[in-house]
Amino acid sequence: MEPLSWGEIIVRMAIQFIPVWISLAALFAVSITFKRRLGLYGKLFDSPIGMIGFGLVMFWVFAGVYGAAGMIVTHDSLAQVSGLKNKAPGTPLRMAEDGVYQYYLLGGDNLARDVFSRMIDGAWVVVQIAPLATIFAFMVGITLGLPAGYYGGRLDTLLSFLANLILAFPVILLFYLLVTPEIIETGLPNYMAMVLFIFPLVFVAVLLNSRYYTQPKKRTPLLIVVLGLMGWVYLSLISEVGSKLQVLPGFLDLFDIPGGILVVFVSVVFVNSPTVFRIVRGLAMDIKTRDYVAAAQTRGEGPWYIMLWEILPNARGPLIVDFCLRIGYTTILLGTLGFFGLGLPPESPDWGSTINEGRKLLSIYLHPALPPAFALLTMVLGLNLLADGLREESLKD
Amino acid sequence: MGLFILRRVGVMILTALCLTFLVFFLTNLYPNLEKLAKTQGNFRMSDEAVASFLEKRGYLQPVPVKYGEWLGVVPSYRHTHDDGKVTGRCIMPGQDAADAPSFCGILQGYWGYSTVFKDEVGSLVATRLGLTGKLMFWVMVLMVPSALLIGVLAGMREGTKTDRTLSTASIITTATPEYVSGVIFIAVFASSAVGLKWFKGTATSAMESANFENFFLPVLTISLYGMGYIARMTRASMTEVMTAQYIRTARLKGVSFPNIVMKHALRNALIAPFTVIMLQFPWLLNGVVIVETLFNYKGFGWLLVQAAGNNDIELLLGVSVVSVVVVLVTQLLSDIGYVFLNPRIRIS
Repeated sequence: MEPLSWGEIIVRMAIQFIPVWISLAALFAVSITFKRRLGLYGKLFDSPIGMIGFGLVMFWVFAGVYGAAGMIVTHDSLAQVSGLKNKAPGTPLRMAEDGVYQYYLLGGDNLARDVFSRMIDGAWVVVQIAPLATIFAFMVGITLGLPAGYYGGRLDTLLSFLANLILAFPVILLFYLLVTPEIIETGLPNYMAMVLFIFPLVFVAVLLNSRYYTQPKKRTPLLIVVLGLMGWVYLSLISEVGSKLQVLPGFLDLFDIPGGILVVFVSVVFVNSPTVFRIVRGLAMDIKTRDYVAAAQTRGEGPWYIMLWEILPNARGPLIVDFCLRIGYTTILLGTLGFFGLGLPPESPDWGSTINEGRKLLSIYLHPALPPAFALLTMVLGLNLLADGLREESLKD
Repeated sequence: MGLFILRRVGVMILTALCLTFLVFFLTNLYPNLEKLAKTQGNFRMSDEAVASFLEKRGYLQPVPVKYGEWLGVVPSYRHTHDDGKVTGRCIMPGQDAADAPSFCGILQGYWGYSTVFKDEVGSLVATRLGLTGKLMFWVMVLMVPSALLIGVLAGMREGTKTDRTLSTASIITTATPEYVSGVIFIAVFASSAVGLKWFKGTATSAMESANFENFFLPVLTISLYGMGYIARMTRASMTEVMTAQYIRTARLKGVSFPNIVMKHALRNALIAPFTVIMLQFPWLLNGVVIVETLFNYKGFGWLLVQAAGNNDIELLLGVSVVSVVVVLVTQLLSDIGYVFLNPRIRIS
């Protein structure tokens, strides 16, 4: 068979992405039809920049999800096919069996793996880790930042000092110290996970309790159910059979996170939360002088009710914008980790590792390094544009 | 003002102590020490051999004691071998034990001995820092003026086509981390596959003689990531200033537009970007590590990677002290500079 021309490669890639196109079209059609009823999300569709950003982000989210379901990828991202080492985009497989995709659309890398499939699988790694890690960082930052800004005083001084301490640390040095096999061996990431992952529990517990403490009949069962479920997830998250920290017996343990992924996750949360803390603290200090806070204080509401149900909802605009930017930053951090070969296993298809592998032969073969580089670029660009659109629209009211 | 600086310096020293202790703690965890022993000795050492190797070099003391030794407030460890020979941290090779000082640490000006490079940490860090200084100088020369120019041009007339184009361009540069832009630049301008070959893909030769051909790509790669951010800050502050009352007054008086921008708006619009530029230093350090790895330029970032990859404890501590001090000093300078530039704060 002849190698494909560039036009054919593009057409074939577009065909592979068909599920993504359909989902994107459906999502945009539904969102634009009902945009007046969807609040801030709906307003996003008034701004062209926000729409472009949202489109780019959702493209990679759908690509990652469908890729994990086995729909878009053409080959196994770890399988090596002989004779395709460093081959140019569009090279046909030799003696391909029936039912196997006939071409390497974006060529093969230095271990004869399909660059296209690795790019799609890399999106799945990002989609799994980045939003979740950002949510955790926000939980930590909000739970600590609200009291620091609301109470001020000694508590604020102490927490701000700790936050500045972490912020003064060069991120790469921290990664190099934390994300090593030796540190995983000591069980330190498990202990850090134990501390950092308790914050969502504390957050939800305080959130519900401060709202419903006047109705104990409703509060008590609600708290028991919610905290019970979250506690179970929490315990199975931190305890790992065979590691230093084993709290739950094996049969109760819902899932195990490999040490490498856990340490990446923990260090990304750890790096991000001080910045969130500073933003939330600043917002809380600003908002606590408003009249509605004074009104709530006069009504006799507790401090946590005021923080979580008066201050936090009114700080949502800047927080949502920062959330989008921060997912982008987390994506960059994950890429940095991959680029230095830290944490994730070496054969992992994440974009950072793929770029790092591809760059070694960059002066001769361009195709292994460029697709993941463009993928990361468009994903982060999408998140930045999305944040910009949201900021513009939220300033309009 | 004097009290403010004094208090800030106090917090700075406390922060530096906490951070170095943290680095110390992490590098001195037993698996890390074991790795150090195995890379220094040989990889097939038994557990007992590892323990005695570490014992002889004083690695098995409690962490606070070792930290005190490194600081120079605790007398350093000495080990008497079976044949009566005494070795220790302060005793240089070839020096007699009796002549060696009992304290040697940061306070005495001794930064330790690198186990990877077999050289003193102080001189190693100084050499590599000089090379990175050269890189940073050119980054600043390229980044700051162009970022300010883009920001001012975009913010001068809000909502115009120039503004839209420049703002989008700056968003794109902030969305491109160094390892992406570096790879793209090498691919386009330096690889034989595209064939432009305008620049060199490595900056190794730039360490001795830097010229446009071998030094432009690394400088461009680092500056681009920071440039967009500074430009956006400048734009935001410029648009704010351009809507101020005194600008309107100047326009109504009939002052020409270039004059308004140059004489009235610019100085006030540059206060905010100044702090941002100073606070960019910690991020630039990040970029330096990536770019030095990518372009194989053996500067400070490269040293950090080598030290961390080989668990070279004292070198790593030296590197982290330098980087933490750089971060803290720039924070202090940005605060002082902010007060200095903004008369409203200075007077109150």
